[in-house]
Formats: sequence, structure tokens, C-alpha cells
Amino acid sequence: MKKYLLKRLIMSVITLWAIITITFILMHSVPGNPFAKEGKMPAVVYENLQKKYGLDKPKTEQYIIYLKNLLKGDFGDSMKSRVETVNDMIKRGFPVSAYLGVEALLIALTIGPALGALAALYQNKWPDYLSMIIAIIGISVPSFIMGTVLIQFVAKNISWLPIGGWGEFRHTLLPAFALALMPLAYTARLMRSSMLEVLGQDYIKTAKSKGISKAAVILKHAVRNAILPIVSVLGTLISNLLVGSFVIEKIFGIPGLGLFFVKSIVSRDYTLIMGTTIFYSIILIVMLLLVDIAYTFIDPRIRLTKEGR
Amino acid sequence: MDNFSMDLFEKATREDRNAERIRRPSIKYWPDVWRRLKQNKLAMTGLVIIISMIIMSIVGTKINGFSYYEQDYSLINMHPDKIHWFGTDELGRDLFTRVWFGARYSLLIGVLATLIDFTIGVLYGGIAGMARRNIDATMMRIAEIIYSIPYLLVVILLSVVFSSGGTGTSMLVLILAMSLTSWVPMSILVRGQVLQLKESEYALAAESLGASKGWILRKHIIPNTLGPILVNVTLSIPRAIFAEATLSFLGLGLQAPKSSLGTLANDGLAGMAVGNAYQIIIPAIFISLIMFAFNVLGDGLRDALDPRLRK
Repeated sequence: MKKYLLKRLIMSVITLWAIITITFILMHSVPGNPFAKEGKMPAVVYENLQKKYGLDKPKTEQYIIYLKNLLKGDFGDSMKSRVETVNDMIKRGFPVSAYLGVEALLIALTIGPALGALAALYQNKWPDYLSMIIAIIGISVPSFIMGTVLIQFVAKNISWLPIGGWGEFRHTLLPAFALALMPLAYTARLMRSSMLEVLGQDYIKTAKSKGISKAAVILKHAVRNAILPIVSVLGTLISNLLVGSFVIEKIFGIPGLGLFFVKSIVSRDYTLIMGTTIFYSIILIVMLLLVDIAYTFIDPRIRLTKEGR
Repeated sequence: MDNFSMDLFEKATREDRNAERIRRPSIKYWPDVWRRLKQNKLAMTGLVIIISMIIMSIVGTKINGFSYYEQDYSLINMHPDKIHWFGTDELGRDLFTRVWFGARYSLLIGVLATLIDFTIGVLYGGIAGMARRNIDATMMRIAEIIYSIPYLLVVILLSVVFSSGGTGTSMLVLILAMSLTSWVPMSILVRGQVLQLKESEYALAAESLGASKGWILRKHIIPNTLGPILVNVTLSIPRAIFAEATLSFLGLGLQAPKSSLGTLANDGLAGMAVGNAYQIIIPAIFISLIMFAFNVLGDGLRDALDPRLRK
């Protein structure tokens, strides 16, 4: 167990290093000069800018400096914003994105598995068909389309739900729902098939024949085991939510990190692109690691063998 | 011997001779898969949609006589009518033609990206599965690291690098960027299958007859992994189309006047703000239809290929 965790930790660090290096190489191999869009500038100004961002040094030295700064938690200065550093932007944008992401995840993880479990319990009856329809919509409608559809048909008709902006709880509902739909559909489908498999197991029959109430059999025996595959895909779901947030924040005009990232792409703010990419990767890798650890604790079979019962 | 008279025996008739013949044709694997797939209405709907989409993306641009780049400033933002079936965009271009032109590129990107995934995945996975243990382990570690790099982030980064003029990305770069990490699931799948099949009796038999590793891989193992690979291919086409649409939506898609369904939707977003919602709804419907069709076909194939579900 300890050996496994240590191995996972080392792998994560290597992955992170690979991402940082790839990002650095890519961002420094962009042809042309990052200040080209600022118009013509005197040679002195250009030289000073180069010096400020350390671009006058050799690439390898820049790389080492960047790595050292990262270790200190410093993502550097933004190339376009004169007031905020990349760290400031992350500090400002991330809480907003995280709020939205967690809300979406909560929506997906409460409705999705519940829907999937109902579908399995009422196989080929209306709950099953309902969950199937939602699952099909969820996998075939990309989140950016869902977002625009929600604005067009819901927000424009219900004045309480705004078409964009940020600040109150009602601002979060539509974007969180648009973001949640895909993971919701995915978990519902996964829960349905895993629940069907569990319901056919012998221990369910045993539990029923012991005379336990139906609710207890479903909740304690069936759902508890059927939910395991969902825990194992949590990492992928979070990664999808993260990318989905770029698009959703753009559509709804939410001042989160995703919007900063999209804007940094458009304005070619290389340090900000690099910083946000690496920050996202750190979040993602930590999440994947946590999910893996959580899985070993939640799965009773793994826990039992560990305690040697 | 004398007690057996000839009239104890009967002459064999023609029918008796056929008694041991198998009357029903034996059902081979692929025809059986097709038979079961045909019973799955949802999957067949998907197949029909895909085939009609492919046909329309080839001929659809020629049906109503407009070209995808022709601009008519007297007819901008026309809502769908008899002449422009899907209306026109803010430059007066016919949306019907543009949707099929866009569908052509979306499908092309999906298929080509998947083709690359398939080639690299099968080769890498096949080699890892057949190689010695430590080589296999190293190859899989590398694959795992590549795979834990967030997919769309890499694609976005590469698109930024290769479209530094800010004019959009070429199709080749888009496809290569998408294939960079997405071949990994395919290779893991192939490796798993190879490891399993390598131990099978028929592979052992071929080996003991002196067949080389390459021969066993080509003649025995790959044909037997085709099923799961096919499912993976069908499900990775919509993923590539989705990734391309998302990129286009972030302004990193194909260069104008070329268009994909994603760039059309992105253009339509501006139209929606001024009351021309059809400009985004129409491409959105087609993106969703393609995603739907490939996903249900992939699911149907998975069920049809699973011999345990055979009735």
C-alpha cells in the first residue's frame, strides 16, 4: 500500500515535470516576437522588455530560472497586463472557477448516480427511458452548445436566471448545469450498468432472503458496491469539467481562470498561457492522485485484504 | 451367419444419407455481429445518420447552387426561407452549403485523427505486448505519462504555437495535435488484448510450428483484437470532432473561409446575440447529430461484439 502510493507520487512528479518542460519548449518555439502586436517600438524599449522577461538569456538558463521560480510558487509576470502578475490572475480567477466546478460536480454526482440506480431498478420502465434520453443528450450535445441553448431558451424567458455575469448564486445555476450535463449523463450510464451487474449477484439474493427491507438491500448492499466504478472515473470527469469550464466561462462571461486562459490565447500572452496550463495540470494531477488514494480506501475488498481479516 | 436373411435389411434411401449433414448454415463471427447489430434500432439509426451525413457532406454543397464562400451583402442574416434553406450568415453566405462544407471538414478531421490514433496505437500497443517484460513496462510508463497530460490543453498549446499569426490553424496541425496524446487508450487496449491472446493455445501452436513473432501478431493476434479496436475507433471519431469543435469555439479552429461545424457554431454565437439564433442552432444540431450517431453506433457495436450477450 505504502509502496503503491509512493510509486504513484513519483509518477505524478515526473508527469508534472514533463508537462512543464513541454509547455516551456512549445511556448518558446513560437515563431516571431511576443511584443509584435504592440506596434513599432524603439530598440531600447524592445531591449528593456526582453531584459524584463529574461528573454535575452540563453534558453537553457531561462528554463532553469523558470523551474526555480515555479518551485517557489511564482508563475512570473503577465506579458500583457501591466498591473497583475500571473499569480494575481490565478488568485482572482481560480476561486470562481473552482466554485463553478464544484457546483457542477455536485449536480452531476447527486443526480447522475441516482438516475442510473433508478434506471437499473426499473429496467425497461419509464425511469430507464428517462435516464437513457438524458444520457444520449449528455453525450451528444457539447457543453458549449448546451450553454447557448440554455441562454437562448431558458435565460431569455426567465428573468430571474441571468444570461451571464457573476456574483450571486442565481448566476451560477445555468453554467453549472451546462457544465454538469456531460458528467451527469456519463455517471448515469455507468451507474446503470454497474447496478445491473451488482443486482444479479448472489449476495443480493442472500440479503433479500435474510428478510432485510428492500430499501436496506438497495442502499447498503447494491448501491454501495455499484458506486465503485464511479469513484474510479472521477479523475476523468474532473479533467473534462476543467476543459469544459473554458468554454462555459466564455459563453456566460464568468470571470474565472478559464476565461483568463481563453483571453490569454487570443491575446498571445505567453507567460499567462504557460502559467495557467501548468496550474491546471497541477490541479488535475493532484486530483487524479487523490481519487486513486480515495479508491483504495473506499473499495472494501482492498481495505479488508490490507487489514488481513 | 445363416440366420441373417436378406429381408432383415433395408436399402438405404437418399434421405438417410443426408442425415448427418448440418442443415442450418453455421453462423460465422462477423455475420453474427452484423445480425445482432441490425436488431439494435438505436445503433442502426446511428449508422443511417452517419451514412447520410457522409453522402450529404460530399454532394450537399452542390444542391442549392450557392458556394460556401460566395458573399451577398444584399442578403445578410436572412432567416431560413425557400431560397436559402438554412438562411444566410452575417456576410450573406448560404448556410445550407456551409453546413455541409463544414460537416465535410468535421468528419474528415474526426476520421483522419482516428486513423492516426489507430496506426500508432496498434503499433505501439502491439510491440509493447509482444516485447519482453521490462521493455513493455517502460513503454507503458511512457504512455501513462503522455496520457495524463490533459488532452485539450496540449491541443490548445500546439494550435497557439502553429497559428501564431492569429489566423486560425491548418487542418494538418489540428489533426497532429489531437493525435499527440489520444493514441494512448488505443495502445493500452491493444497491449492488453495482445498479452491475453499471446497465452492462447492457438498462438502457442503457431509458435511451436516455428512461426515468428511478427507472423503471430499479424495472422493471429491482430485479427482477434479487431472487435474491441473497432469499438474504440467508432467512439474516438466523435471525440476528435468534439475536440475540434471546442477548439474552433475558442477561436483556434480552421482558417476562414474554410469552415467546420465548430467554426460555424462559433460564428453563430455572435449572431445569437443580435437575434439570429438559427445561425448557431443549425450547426449545433448537426454537431449533436454526428456525436449522437457515432456514440450509439459504438455502443451498439460493443454489445454486438460481446459473445456473452448472444441470444
